[in-house]
Amino acid sequence: MAERKIAWPPRSEASLIGGRHVRKDGHDKSSGAAKYAADINTEGTLYVKALTCRHAHAKVVKLDVEAAKKVKGVHAVHVFRDVDSEVRWDGTLIAAVAAERPEYAEDGVNAIRVEYEVLEHWVDEEDLAGAEKAERTRSLGENEKGDVAAALKQAKAVHKGYYGIATISHMCMEPHGSHCEWTGDGELTVHLSTQNVSGTGGQFAGPLGLDASKVRLICNYIGGGFGSKFAADEWGLAAATMAKETGRPVRFMLDRPTELKTAGTRPSGFAEVTIAADAEGNIIAWDSHHWGTSGIAGSTIALSQFPYVFDFENRNRKATGISTNTGPNRAWRAPPHPQLCALTDTAIDDLAAKLGMDSYDVFMKNLKYTPRPEVYAEEMKIGAKLIDWKKNWHLHGKGGGKGAVRRGLGMALHQWGGRAHAANTLVKVHPDGTVETFGGSQDIGTGTRTIIAITVAETFGLPLDAVKVNLGSNAYPNSGPSGGSTTVGGVSGPNRRAAQEALWKIFDLVTTKYDVEADSLTAKDGKILSNGELVCTWKQATSLLGPMALEVKGEGPKDDGLTDSGVGGVQMADVSVDTETGVVRVNKLVAVQDCGLILDLLTAESQVYGGLIMGIAYGLTEERVMDNRTGRYINADLENYHLPRIGDIGELVVEMYQPDDEYARGVIGLGEPPVISTGAALSNAVANAIGVRVPVMPLTPQRVLEALKGGQS
Amino acid sequence: MRPFEYASPETEAEAADLLADHDGNTAVLAGGTDLLTLLKRDLVTPQRVVDLKTVPSLVGVTPDIDGVRIGALTPLDELQQNPLLAGYQSLLDAIDGIRSVQIQSMGTVGGDLCHLPNCWYFRSGHGLLAMENGESLVETGENRYHAILGNHGPAKFVSASRFAPGLISLGARVRIAGPGADDAETIPLEYFYITPRTERQGVTILRPGQFITHILLPSAAGIQSATYDVLASEGLDWPLVSAAAGVQVEGGLVRDCRIVLGHAAPVPWIAHEAARLLTGRPLNEETAAAAGAAAVAAATPLSRNGYKVQMAAVAVKRALLKATGQLEGGL
Repeated sequence: MAERKIAWPPRSEASLIGGRHVRKDGHDKSSGAAKYAADINTEGTLYVKALTCRHAHAKVVKLDVEAAKKVKGVHAVHVFRDVDSEVRWDGTLIAAVAAERPEYAEDGVNAIRVEYEVLEHWVDEEDLAGAEKAERTRSLGENEKGDVAAALKQAKAVHKGYYGIATISHMCMEPHGSHCEWTGDGELTVHLSTQNVSGTGGQFAGPLGLDASKVRLICNYIGGGFGSKFAADEWGLAAATMAKETGRPVRFMLDRPTELKTAGTRPSGFAEVTIAADAEGNIIAWDSHHWGTSGIAGSTIALSQFPYVFDFENRNRKATGISTNTGPNRAWRAPPHPQLCALTDTAIDDLAAKLGMDSYDVFMKNLKYTPRPEVYAEEMKIGAKLIDWKKNWHLHGKGGGKGAVRRGLGMALHQWGGRAHAANTLVKVHPDGTVETFGGSQDIGTGTRTIIAITVAETFGLPLDAVKVNLGSNAYPNSGPSGGSTTVGGVSGPNRRAAQEALWKIFDLVTTKYDVEADSLTAKDGKILSNGELVCTWKQATSLLGPMALEVKGEGPKDDGLTDSGVGGVQMADVSVDTETGVVRVNKLVAVQDCGLILDLLTAESQVYGGLIMGIAYGLTEERVMDNRTGRYINADLENYHLPRIGDIGELVVEMYQPDDEYARGVIGLGEPPVISTGAALSNAVANAIGVRVPVMPLTPQRVLEALKGGQS
Repeated sequence: MRPFEYASPETEAEAADLLADHDGNTAVLAGGTDLLTLLKRDLVTPQRVVDLKTVPSLVGVTPDIDGVRIGALTPLDELQQNPLLAGYQSLLDAIDGIRSVQIQSMGTVGGDLCHLPNCWYFRSGHGLLAMENGESLVETGENRYHAILGNHGPAKFVSASRFAPGLISLGARVRIAGPGADDAETIPLEYFYITPRTERQGVTILRPGQFITHILLPSAAGIQSATYDVLASEGLDWPLVSAAAGVQVEGGLVRDCRIVLGHAAPVPWIAHEAARLLTGRPLNEETAAAAGAAAVAAATPLSRNGYKVQMAAVAVKRALLKATGQLEGGL
């Protein structure tokens, strides 16, 4: 130890970094001690039930809430959309009732009289011709690179295919909502289920006419967000307003149908793709037209990222958005990469089948069109070994087998950014040796507390539990929202910087006191060492601080090598398909993933397991079902919105790709990437098993049987 | 949920009296796994809920003349473990297919037989027949889970009972009590279900004040049976379609058999043609497949549920093979 330079410790010297550490909040969460916004229940809390519109498109022509106000136990009625308001999707909030008990609030909702003028709607997101006829489409651009037509003429194999992926809802276990309470001095305390602790206080203050300094926003735990919980939202403001009006705390969590209908969806995507290769399997042309919906705004998957990961020399792409009377989209874990991957890697796989080549070889051959060919190649080799690709792969539909069940392998690959978000931190070392950090970040279930503690404890040479991590309040230094896989870099960088600076200050005190060379000092195992020899204990060192704690602020991101961006991953699936019933079962999924320096291997692997499980969900079971005629989201409940259960998951194998040069890159976010290529890998495995493409995800028994009947390859 | 009276009788006669009040605008609470959902969504709004769990005579499995007698309130997991039911495989298969420990421990066999349809139009308040302005929402709508048989009338939903197919295949009868305190009748289970032509008719023959007290099963001796549920996933879910078979084989030939489809029609659907085709023939992969085809020969799929026709044929084939220990493969 010598030079005072901000850096991660050399890998060989790290004691906590890269190990497997259980979550700091694991016990609190599993024992129920952790309190979520939905658990906050201070004395006098009123409960809210909401009235939503059941029409996809309508105008409010009459709204009478007077009777509701008179219902027993009702204290306030909040109107979201008054007479003359236009409602543009099923599930839109009309009014909310706050009452002593949920049952009274429900009685209040039932007493509201509302009439609508029903207007024409459109909810079909796949039927492009129909949407055009209904004047619901708009061009979102087209652009060409190279010469697609010329390349197609030279091609050995040309494949034309149709692919799609349905709209899904975020399905947070804890719905969107908050608990709002005003205190005597005109301050508002909001317990909000949010991914954006530092950024939402102002969203309450502005509309409520409050000074931002008077909003205390708290979120210690959140039961799922996935990109849908960055805002105060109209229901949050309604809770605060009703709390003010009544002088009582108010808790307003969306009910399950409203949560699914209005609090966020992932846009659908459908594409017609032409893809071509030369005799060696080099992809020489790509031509695609994709469409889909993001709801009433009528957008779809970004044109600029098509085709996904592979930047072919000759490619043309075109996008059309469809405006539907459906709930608005919100960012959903890795937007919009799962859809891009589902519409790209499936087409590559079908092209390989047309060439009569092993899909693995075609992906490998075309890695030259990806940003990180060497890394993908290594990851593919690892994945192939783990799933025994060469032994188990066969030409699509040619695996044979007894009875109705066929087995197949598929793969896909993905990329993501994962740069660090902006954040500040305060590291505080008390004279008694205890350590705290403060940051207005949030632990969205991904281990933020744990990795902050690892960062600081590693720096000070202390055990993990010696660091108290304070987050979840906007009273702490600003920290960015947890979106885009930016949190791990966002919080670890500033904490490392601040902790290193704090340590250097302590070293200076030790140098003076014990007459040792500052450059010779290291902190390890609760001791301060000089050239490896004990100088004093950590507590003896911190006692030199005097009566006051040492506080050091950390900032980020900075260009000092602590963090980086850009990750990749490869996933491979082994599935069985019952060709008589269309039922698909996952036998095994392999994920090989890089993410730079790994702070906590256990947390990193858990991220990937979670991604795979969520990928199985959108790949095989979950979708929003819109009823064309009524315009309603007809499966907006946990019974009909199908999610996989433990028995549907199969064997998951996670391999973190972490050679030394990955460690040297610094910390990169991992939250999103592992969910991206699961769907495409599953689809390719099903195609490999049964010899036909099931074009649209989720791959339900119905779609599998229809594909088998159609026999398209 | 609307306010209601709650009653917990101790005898069947008391229960009948309590259910007959309020002009029969009452509801039976068994395990509650369906009723609570219906109450919460205001799909049923009874003035009184009568909890039958407190009636001892309705719980348990007892030997009966040439068979067994199952109390309608017996929880499913008790049925699963009861040695008296060991030979009634199609019933046990149906319990196994539920996959949810919670439903298995709370749910009752009587409750399952009276379970209202899961049709998403019904469950979102459009009524059993799902009509809007005189037209069926199902016919041209999202009918992927709806009926492929017996769907010519206004009812397009599928019967939700998971046990009725298996029980009917075993020749079950149900004992119904009420509306008078001393009223009781016993009828074959297949006559318990109706395909309604109007909203008010409901899905069973039960009149206000009536309830199932027991299920009576004849001896299973000589009957090989099975239920085959086609389940999209391994967790709690309704079968996409199911089939139950009860078969008697003598000298290598089928002497008698009953084949019943579930989740395929507004009622448990007895596939007489399939049974006729098998009678007098050996039961093997080929004849089972032929029976499956015969069971769906009259199917009239709606706009989006054609896939269920093949699925139902396969379910019949597999139920027959499973009953006779010949089923191999399948997911």
